[in-house]
Amino acid sequence: MRADPSDYKLVSPGTLKGVLSLLSSEPSQWLPIAGGTDVMVLYSAGKLPNRNLINIWNVPELRQIEVLPDSIRIGAACTYTALREHELVSKEFSLLATAASWTGGIANQNRGTLGGNIANASPAADSLPALLVYDAELTLVSVRGERQVPYQNFHTGYKKTVMTSDELIRDISLPRRFSGYFSHARKVGARNAQAISKVCLAALGQCAHGIIRDVRLALGSVAPVPLRLNETERVLTGQKIEASLIDAARKCVVKEIRPIDDIRSTARYRAAVAGNLVAEFLDKLAAAGGRA
Amino acid sequence: MNTSADQNTKCEVSFTVNGEKKSVLAHPMERLLDVLRHELELTGTKEGCGEGECGSCSVLLDGMLVNSCLVPVAQVSGTTIITIEGMSSHFLMKPLQEAFLECGGAQCGICTPGMILAAVHLLEKTPNPALADIREGLSGNLCRCTGYMQIFEAVSKAAPRRAAK
Repeated sequence: MRADPSDYKLVSPGTLKGVLSLLSSEPSQWLPIAGGTDVMVLYSAGKLPNRNLINIWNVPELRQIEVLPDSIRIGAACTYTALREHELVSKEFSLLATAASWTGGIANQNRGTLGGNIANASPAADSLPALLVYDAELTLVSVRGERQVPYQNFHTGYKKTVMTSDELIRDISLPRRFSGYFSHARKVGARNAQAISKVCLAALGQCAHGIIRDVRLALGSVAPVPLRLNETERVLTGQKIEASLIDAARKCVVKEIRPIDDIRSTARYRAAVAGNLVAEFLDKLAAAGGRA
Repeated sequence: MNTSADQNTKCEVSFTVNGEKKSVLAHPMERLLDVLRHELELTGTKEGCGEGECGSCSVLLDGMLVNSCLVPVAQVSGTTIITIEGMSSHFLMKPLQEAFLECGGAQCGICTPGMILAAVHLLEKTPNPALADIREGLSGNLCRCTGYMQIFEAVSKAAPRRAAK
């Protein structure tokens, strides 16, 4: 059943302080809304459990991208368009810019936000594997103060996170130490725009004389959370890229992931594609000689 | 807006639509799409899917292409909106309209207002788009009649004509 707007509140404090004080005043009662590309879909379908919403779209602190000497700090309500159009993001964090270009169509990129993608916590989100391989760190804020959470510890299960009901993601910080890595992103879905991925990969690698010095791999849509492939990375590090290694990596990927059958694909297909995507990355890494 | 507003309370939201200042009394979570169509009688903006997938309800919000079905009206307070009705005086409208007619870019017409606004948004940012740019720029707009090729052709024909004017 379609939602009746008169059943819902939407308030606009306009400042981060105002938002946080409202979030803490009635725990679990308030849901932040930025560009609405997730929230409004549930709302329109009458499936939004919350009746009280806080507008965070017009909070300036959440819309900034700050370039620091050693990191870049992205406000949680920065849109995919803002990420795509940011010169340093495109240059040093191309996996994130590429994932932003896959997300929805242009209209949804103009409204959808990186913080929203994280908080919504879908394992199929296109931008989240990139955050894993770039070692992102989140700043969570509340009236109680702020805390830093490594992004790899953020998701605790399917749509479950370490955030408490009075907290908000303020920014996403990425260390600027991966620009020398070879990077590769690939989405497999019905089409790039709009369609949600069946499997997506974000990968970084460095090698010298054919030996892998460092490799960082993450997949979307293959587990209850966006998944870093720690075991496969361990198998690959320090090894020479050759057919037997690629075969071992493919086998390890399949052991490491926990794909399911759903409306977009099957577990069997996802396992095969996940292995293929990692193999494709290793081929490209070898061909590029590990250079960015 | 008053943060202590009671549930069920409407609020006044003021914004500019197609160059005219408007003020509506609406529930804050009403969709911009419904306010445009029902309150302001701007029925050129169409509802297709109602979930941000099809682009039929596209409008320009402060110059940005958005799906008006996903925008709660409280968020447009103080903004400038352009709907298909406001395009008649736009410098890109004539070349786009002519090219859509020549190429058969419109059939049933439901997607057309959104396609035109997505094309305008694209051509404002990228005056000489390659086919890949056009495909990407219109990728959020679904059409069940044309098969898209006529629409892509129309946009690529319109681009240089605009430059010529």
